[in-house]
Amino acid sequence: MTNPRSSCPMTYRQAVDTYFLEHRSKLIDVAAFLDRLDRASDQQKPAQEDHRVAALRNAMSILLDGQPDRAKRVLEQLSDPSRSPTDTTSPPASGAHHDTQDQTTP
Amino acid sequence: MNYIDPHIHMVSRTTDDYQRMAMAGCVAVTEPAFWAGFDRVSPQGFDGYFRQLTEFEPSRAAAHGIDHYCWLCINPKEAQDLTLAREVIGMIPAFLDRPNVLGIGEIGLNKNTKNELIILEEQIALAQRHDQLILVHTPHLEDKLKGTRLILDAIRRNGSIDPARVLIDHAEEHTVGMILDAGHWAGMTLYPDSKCTPQRAVDIIETYSHHRLVMNSAGDWGHSDPLSVPQARMEMARRGHNRDTITDATLRNPAAFLGQCDKFQLQTSLD
Repeated sequence: MTNPRSSCPMTYRQAVDTYFLEHRSKLIDVAAFLDRLDRASDQQKPAQEDHRVAALRNAMSILLDGQPDRAKRVLEQLSDPSRSPTDTTSPPASGAHHDTQDQTTP
Repeated sequence: MNYIDPHIHMVSRTTDDYQRMAMAGCVAVTEPAFWAGFDRVSPQGFDGYFRQLTEFEPSRAAAHGIDHYCWLCINPKEAQDLTLAREVIGMIPAFLDRPNVLGIGEIGLNKNTKNELIILEEQIALAQRHDQLILVHTPHLEDKLKGTRLILDAIRRNGSIDPARVLIDHAEEHTVGMILDAGHWAGMTLYPDSKCTPQRAVDIIETYSHHRLVMNSAGDWGHSDPLSVPQARMEMARRGHNRDTITDATLRNPAAFLGQCDKFQLQTSLD
């Protein structure tokens, strides 16, 4: 692996100038998504949050911990940690690992 | 600037896409056999598909100055049916001598099931018996990490596969390191909603260097963009990467991997 601290030819300032507005927009999209869930038409929130939304909230802490490899660690946190092949009754992939013991949503 | 898209499903794309890709500098595509959005009901469906990949699609590409190569297999999703999968595997050797067939692919795992793993191992053995390159599909979402580990173990268990003759595709930040550490090539698929964006793919190149890394559009019938490789080239240029590095990542690297099959003959300069 090359030294990731110096492998982008852009300066810090150039990278901020180039990408800030794009990622400001993505952050607001996430906030608006969570607001949308609050306004859902059924007005019936499950006893526990949907596992995908819970996984998204949990992953946000990685963005704030100041440590490197954030994208890798977010992907790992969303991943199925098991090691053995499954049988055919496995549910379809949802984007976030679902520990069935925590499942309470309909 | 010329480029290769080493993974795109042109049977699902229009002739206008070929035209736009040619205008953007695409000189060659390789097309793995895949799940077409619905399950085929018989092995005869695969016979027709393999003939489309080896007879019709190369002529459609050639009309736009693009070389067309392909990979043959039973895809992991339809591999869940062991009887069907083994009938299709039995048909593949008859196609392997065709001039645009580079190897076996895209084999791999879809839901990481036991049946998928059995057929993956049988197709790895098929590639080994016929001395074929291998192109591997990894699962899409939270199952990718586990699936990639299972695939790497399956290749290792075979014991006779040169890792440098295997490209493991749809790699992301959490799987690319283990793929490269095992000696394989890693492919990054540039998708709008899942897998990698062009920006993240370039981040990975900056983190791991551009050796044994390739980028592809995996353009198909779903949300995808056949021009995503040139978008990644533009992203590299925007960041200040030099022309040589960009050409390595999008032309010389795929040419080096694919060129391990003698049938792959690029009709253009690598500069």
